[in-house]
Amino acid sequence: MATRLKDATAIVGIGQTPFARQLPSSEKTLACHAILEALDDAGIPPSQVDAFASYTMEETDEVEVAKAIGAGDVTFFAKAGYGGGGSCATVAHLAMAVATGQAHVGVAWRSRKRGSGPRPWRDTRAQLPTPAQWTRPYGLLRPADEIAMLARRYMHEYGATRDHLFNVALACRNRANQNPAAIMYERPLTREMYMTSRWISEPLCLFDNCLETDGALACVVVSAERARDCRRRPVYVHSAAQGLPAQHHGMVNYWNEDPLTGPAWTAARHLWKRSDLGPQDVDVAQIYDAFTALVPLSLEGYGFCGRGEGAAFTEGGALETGGRLPLNTAGGGLSEAYVHGFNLINEGVRQLRGTSTAQVPGAATCLVTAGEGVPTSALLLRS
Amino acid sequence: MSSIMRGTTDNAPDDRRPGPLLPEPDDDGAPFWEFAAHGELRVQTCAECHEPRFPPRPCCPRCQSFATAWRRMSGRGRIWSYVLPHPPLLPFYAELAPYNVAVVELTDAPRIRLVGNVVAAPGAPADSVDPALLRIGAPVRVTFDALAEGVTVPCWLLERP
Repeated sequence: MATRLKDATAIVGIGQTPFARQLPSSEKTLACHAILEALDDAGIPPSQVDAFASYTMEETDEVEVAKAIGAGDVTFFAKAGYGGGGSCATVAHLAMAVATGQAHVGVAWRSRKRGSGPRPWRDTRAQLPTPAQWTRPYGLLRPADEIAMLARRYMHEYGATRDHLFNVALACRNRANQNPAAIMYERPLTREMYMTSRWISEPLCLFDNCLETDGALACVVVSAERARDCRRRPVYVHSAAQGLPAQHHGMVNYWNEDPLTGPAWTAARHLWKRSDLGPQDVDVAQIYDAFTALVPLSLEGYGFCGRGEGAAFTEGGALETGGRLPLNTAGGGLSEAYVHGFNLINEGVRQLRGTSTAQVPGAATCLVTAGEGVPTSALLLRS
Repeated sequence: MSSIMRGTTDNAPDDRRPGPLLPEPDDDGAPFWEFAAHGELRVQTCAECHEPRFPPRPCCPRCQSFATAWRRMSGRGRIWSYVLPHPPLLPFYAELAPYNVAVVELTDAPRIRLVGNVVAAPGAPADSVDPALLRIGAPVRVTFDALAEGVTVPCWLLERP
């Protein structure tokens, strides 16, 4: 019988640096801090690390990290594509490597100086694989512009409003207000602040956009068997998936049959197929939120509601603590830190350990997703 | 690595005045821009099964044929969606902002959607239309604008401004 991924591996360590608009250390240094903290959290010496996984737009490579932390012989290394779409794929790749015996101790990480470094969209020639000749001359320059195009169409087709987008921004901000590590700790958001904030790309305003953050995070993946001997309670990788739909075009996904059913739909189909659970069994969700509009699209894609119902799903406090689906409980990319979604993975682990600053009582399952709009990935974690 | 775009960006300091980003065609896209330079809107189409496709690519995703043709479009379409970017933007665009960028669905081939600016008159800039006039579904027709010497891009005029 083929080796199965389901519950074969677990995340046993997490680490992170402080998050700030500006940190003095280099990305490489931040990466090493986060990785060593994650290994310490797991109680595993760096010399036992034999696998690394990262995702594109990562400036530090595994050669640098491995020699800095004192890793031994490395037998598996992988880099997932599409920037923010690759966050969960790092854990998935490590889980596959460990489950199939290619490696024993895997480290995934993300280090970014997004706050103090150059904004990636400034370099319009080195963007994500968007077909630049078809979009850039017209001034469709930034990811915010590209997603705003889908957001307006979504609002038009389904009657979604700015209040729905505000529901997403508010849920993330409220959780960040509970999280001392979050950049937006003790900085509440009101509906008036949201509605009167400046536009970035209409229909998206300032608070529909993620933060720009310096910081790094890491996690450690080992076999379920080994996880039992680690320092912390294991968080099992129950199911994992990547998704690049037919005729998809990256962030400017305007040219397929249905641009509003993005990669989340593809990743979700395969995530649930390989799982014992369904959307109804998810206790808490960490959904990639570079832009608020990605959340209703993802709620539909991952099956929490039907097509066109994602905006309405956010009503009545559904995404708040105690709601139908508590969302981004550390604050997410909108209000904790924008570290290309890796903070969502670590928060998923904290929820299932019972150590979140906005703990969902008894949370036993957590969905974590990577960037929607680009080829993506997702994890279903369970305690 | 060949650059996808040329033109002035704020991270490539040079002597040129800030200007729009100009399309730098790849092999597959080049015919589109050559036809545009002659005032023609043409879309890559499979010469075997006649399926139009965009963006251009080497072979047909439906029948895998490498035989391609460039089918002339009527130039009619409808606004599928649009955005109004505000700063921070590259210098040329920051001066124009807020301007519009629309996705236009072609009447002749509804799944072919082109990104472009809606302008008030041929050659007018991307901020020349009152945003209140823009709406999803509004009929538009193509016009062509010379972004720079020898570089022409399709733009769109509202049928009922």
